[in-house]
Amino acid sequence: MRKDFIYIVENFLSRYKLIAWAVVCAGMLAVPLFGFSPFIMRMFIMIGIFAILALGLNLLTGYCGQVSLGHAGFFAIGAYTYALMKINLDAPFLLAMVVAMVISAGCGFLLGLPTLRLSGNYLTIVTLGFGEIVRMVIINWRSLTRGPLGIGGIPAPELFGTTFTLTNHGFYYAMLVMLALTGLTCYAIVNSRTGRAFKAIKQDPIAATMMGIRTTRFKVLAFVLSALIAGAAGAFYAPIIGFIDHNTFNFDISVLILTIVIVGGMGTMRGMFLGAIIIIAFPEVARFLMTYRFVVYGLLLIVMMRFRPQGLLGWKSRLPYNIPKAAKKQLEAGA
Amino acid sequence: MVVFIQQFINGLAIGMAYSLIAVGFSLVFGILRLVNFAHGAVYAFGAQFALVIFVGMQISIALAILLAMVAAGLLGVIIDKTALEPLRKKKSMPIANLITTIGISHILVNLMTIYFGSQTRGFPALFSFGMIEVAGVRVDSNQLMLCLVALILMGVLTIVVQKSKIGLAIRATEQNTKAASLMGINVNFVISFVFFLAGASAAIAGGLIASHYRIVFPAMGFDAGLKAFSAAVLGGIGSLPGSIIGGLIVGVSESMAANFLGSAYRDSVAFVILILVLIIRPTGLFGKKAIMKV
Repeated sequence: MRKDFIYIVENFLSRYKLIAWAVVCAGMLAVPLFGFSPFIMRMFIMIGIFAILALGLNLLTGYCGQVSLGHAGFFAIGAYTYALMKINLDAPFLLAMVVAMVISAGCGFLLGLPTLRLSGNYLTIVTLGFGEIVRMVIINWRSLTRGPLGIGGIPAPELFGTTFTLTNHGFYYAMLVMLALTGLTCYAIVNSRTGRAFKAIKQDPIAATMMGIRTTRFKVLAFVLSALIAGAAGAFYAPIIGFIDHNTFNFDISVLILTIVIVGGMGTMRGMFLGAIIIIAFPEVARFLMTYRFVVYGLLLIVMMRFRPQGLLGWKSRLPYNIPKAAKKQLEAGA
Repeated sequence: MVVFIQQFINGLAIGMAYSLIAVGFSLVFGILRLVNFAHGAVYAFGAQFALVIFVGMQISIALAILLAMVAAGLLGVIIDKTALEPLRKKKSMPIANLITTIGISHILVNLMTIYFGSQTRGFPALFSFGMIEVAGVRVDSNQLMLCLVALILMGVLTIVVQKSKIGLAIRATEQNTKAASLMGINVNFVISFVFFLAGASAAIAGGLIASHYRIVFPAMGFDAGLKAFSAAVLGGIGSLPGSIIGGLIVGVSESMAANFLGSAYRDSVAFVILILVLIIRPTGLFGKKAIMKV
């Protein structure tokens, strides 16, 4: 095997896995100690939220191969559910979040149902329509969502008597916890039977069916999981920005999430973090470009698709495949 | 009843313009199996460009729209040559094409905002012979001409696709790109030509719709693009008569919804139609090809 840079890095990281993880975790936990300005802290939190969204969409697009252009819809459902539960019912943080996740997942189930009949481009279009319809519902259901006026003054989340704010770094740590939970959940799913089914469906749906995978069921499941994660991210996003309206969750947000997944590298988890950092930080870092920065953003997308469509970190791992313990035992017993 | 007929006619007028945009989606999708998200931006470019040369060169607005048509057609060709053709050569995955068109749309809309300004600007009326009133139903001369021009253009497009040699090449490429290229058809030229047709008809639609509402703004392409896309899917993507019928249905139901349900519902109708069609009859009304099912 050719020992190039990526192989060496991967090998190194897998050998010192524990140390690497400890360094990363300590670094992330220590971020608030450096005394960054609230603006920078806010950007860190945004990166975290969009990494969560990207991890969710990655399950659907990266692993299961169903492209969604309507993820802003789930994001919006989560945010609105949280805001309304908080303001109208004064619900506790965790309850509001769980309800947001459940409702979002329910919508994900409904959106997943067309996969019975549709695939590819047509499914993408349905998801796009879904995102727009969520916006239209928000605008028109005035008695509930206050329509175009939006919802302001969303109360900050509280847990065990402490209220999370930007200044006491509660938001940051809550984001870290959520990011870790999402990451672990996605890792567990991807490396389970379900995750292998997803990958099989992406590679070749017909072959997957022939292997006894109920493709529709798994596609709907991917939609549900993805929507669940997006809903959780929305519920967390609402109190941080404090004001939401129908334009907070437009088509551009859906594209943004999909861009993160693609720039980072579809079907990899490491890519989601790098993608979120690059795409969310880009408009701030590129302020010197002034009005041209979104032109450059578009150019970036095109150049990326042309020269590195698999994403920045989208290589296939060349480390030896980790055989699951149960399978290993079976093999040893057989041998 | 008068209100109903009035709204019906308003819807028909705007629907004809939608069908002109829808044709562009339909043609491109038919050949490349690609939802061209940059199409809405090309449509907005057509309208903006027409206004700019109308103001800048002091020519008649009709001539300005004709020039814009050529410019938007060329823009379509440039988009294809610079961004999409290299991807085709590399045989990249469909999602790469999709993201590329989104990127192009970003670039176009933001460049338009920079050079033409982000504000909404007034657009002159294309025709003004006053109103025609029949039994309480008022028809604006602009609406009438909008319908007429769109109908003539659709006729021309249908003849080009159905009767001409290049039309034969388009249809052959649509059915089987590889076989068409083996028969000596220059597939890349055909695709560029299709992008030209799509851009040109979008620019005309842009001019017509802008002179109907009397406004232009850089982001106008997004909603119109999605509505036209719904129209294309409803009619059966890849079918010209389907695009007309689809456009008319979307236009009429939109103006009905705006009148009877409230103006806020105007924009959502198209998406409801889109999703219903995709779930109930994905091939659309006139679609021939079956969707590959798994």
